[in-house]
Amino acid sequence: MLCDICKKNPATVHLTEIIDNQMNELHLCEECARNKSAAMEQQFGLSDLLAGMADFEKPVKDEEAVSVKCPNCNLTYADFKKVGRLGCGECYNVFRKYLAPLLKRIHGASRHVGKAPLKGKAPARPGRKKPGLEELKDAMQRAVREENFEEAARLRDKIRAIEEKKES
Amino acid sequence: MKIEDLLNHMSQWLKGTGPHSDIVISSRIRLARNLSKYPFPHWASKAQLEEVLAKSSEAMSRIGMLKNATLFRLADLDSIDKQFLVERHLMSIEHSQKTEYKAVLVDNEEIIAIMVNEEDHLRIQLMQSGFNLLEAWSMINSLDDSLSGLLDYAYLDDFGYLTACPTNTGTGMRGSIMLHLPALVMSRQIERVLAAISKLSFTTRGLYGEGTQASGNFFQISNQVSLGHAEEEIIENINGLIRQIIEQEAQARQILLSKSKAVLEDRINRSLGILKSARIITSQETIELLSMVRLGSDLGMVRDIDRRTINELFIITQPAHLQKLEGNKLSSEERDLKRAQLIRNKLNLSGA
Repeated sequence: MLCDICKKNPATVHLTEIIDNQMNELHLCEECARNKSAAMEQQFGLSDLLAGMADFEKPVKDEEAVSVKCPNCNLTYADFKKVGRLGCGECYNVFRKYLAPLLKRIHGASRHVGKAPLKGKAPARPGRKKPGLEELKDAMQRAVREENFEEAARLRDKIRAIEEKKES
Repeated sequence: MKIEDLLNHMSQWLKGTGPHSDIVISSRIRLARNLSKYPFPHWASKAQLEEVLAKSSEAMSRIGMLKNATLFRLADLDSIDKQFLVERHLMSIEHSQKTEYKAVLVDNEEIIAIMVNEEDHLRIQLMQSGFNLLEAWSMINSLDDSLSGLLDYAYLDDFGYLTACPTNTGTGMRGSIMLHLPALVMSRQIERVLAAISKLSFTTRGLYGEGTQASGNFFQISNQVSLGHAEEEIIENINGLIRQIIEQEAQARQILLSKSKAVLEDRINRSLGILKSARIITSQETIELLSMVRLGSDLGMVRDIDRRTINELFIITQPAHLQKLEGNKLSSEERDLKRAQLIRNKLNLSGA
């Protein structure tokens, strides 16, 4: 198989990219793959710079995640990655910090809005109280998307202040 | 109620009534719910699955809306019965496989169906005829409220209803509309419409849901996102999209009528002719021809066969239905003969 970009060298790198919900398979030679990944990094670097997001969305280290185990059902994060299904409701608490970004990728949001069960805990809509860290981050990303950078910077500083308070 | 009782009965959603029932076959909402503490079905032990089944059937038996419903344990049903329930859209294909500790509750109008121990502990479904999602929502919402008063649902304030697969987390809700779009298919506009739909985070599926091909110009459209929007908002988004598709299909039908009426009339009447006289017919061919006849009935070109009869034929010509009607197992060749006979009888009876 020849490289999809230069059509000269044999393709040794195979990757899947998703643009607008369309899945593309790319088969590239090493050189074209390197160029492509440099271009991609540049894209990401730019948006990080704009919003200072790189500080907040620390990538989750896989080695750390895979060994975490749910005490209620004994499913490990590695199991989840293998079967694509969680083990029980408690898993959502245990794997919270890995699941939140995943849910965000799937649904474009990581906070439930909508009905709640009658029984059990739960004030129905938690959204009325002071905005939490998650809401602020959502608002910041929205501001970046809308190219409202002043607002984004204001929110970024607010998030920083809260996070610093938490750490100290 | 026994499975056989469903055979002589017409599902409410097939009646061919309700808003825009010329283009929209049915509106369906399903909610994914799980009991807290119990592992999800794929990860649970046999004892746990049995407990989930016992707890949920006890709760369901105490709910007024379900007083005319029957619980079928899938292990007690033979393969034709299971396929029969799938053909009636009362459960998924997935649910009919590996049936231990699984059950499905069906109300006698076939408006409500609840699968127990499918991918989630409970998959609650509500079906309405025509374009009627909001009404379906208000009914399923109150059913869900009643159940949540009796069962401890797995729920967190920030993630909402917790489901086995993270693609259902949040509201756990999927709204689906079954559409009949022959004019968009014939005028080759359907590709463009489907491409636009997938960009808007909706999915298109065939007649029998996940993993099935579109056939006979039927398309099932549903929301993909279940987290971050309230149920009513998700429904309003689906409705907005469906209204546009209805309008485009109606427009395409008008254009076909004004530009190629003779060709259209020819196709519709040929389809009817084959159905009325064929001696051997497969279920795939049946669906395709019935689709044309349905279009003819919508456009007033076929007058002596009503929509209800056509809708009924779609269902009773399916393999398991034929075998239930016949009362014994039939080979594929035998079914094709029986199917042709059944269609001839129905159409020549109602036709002039």
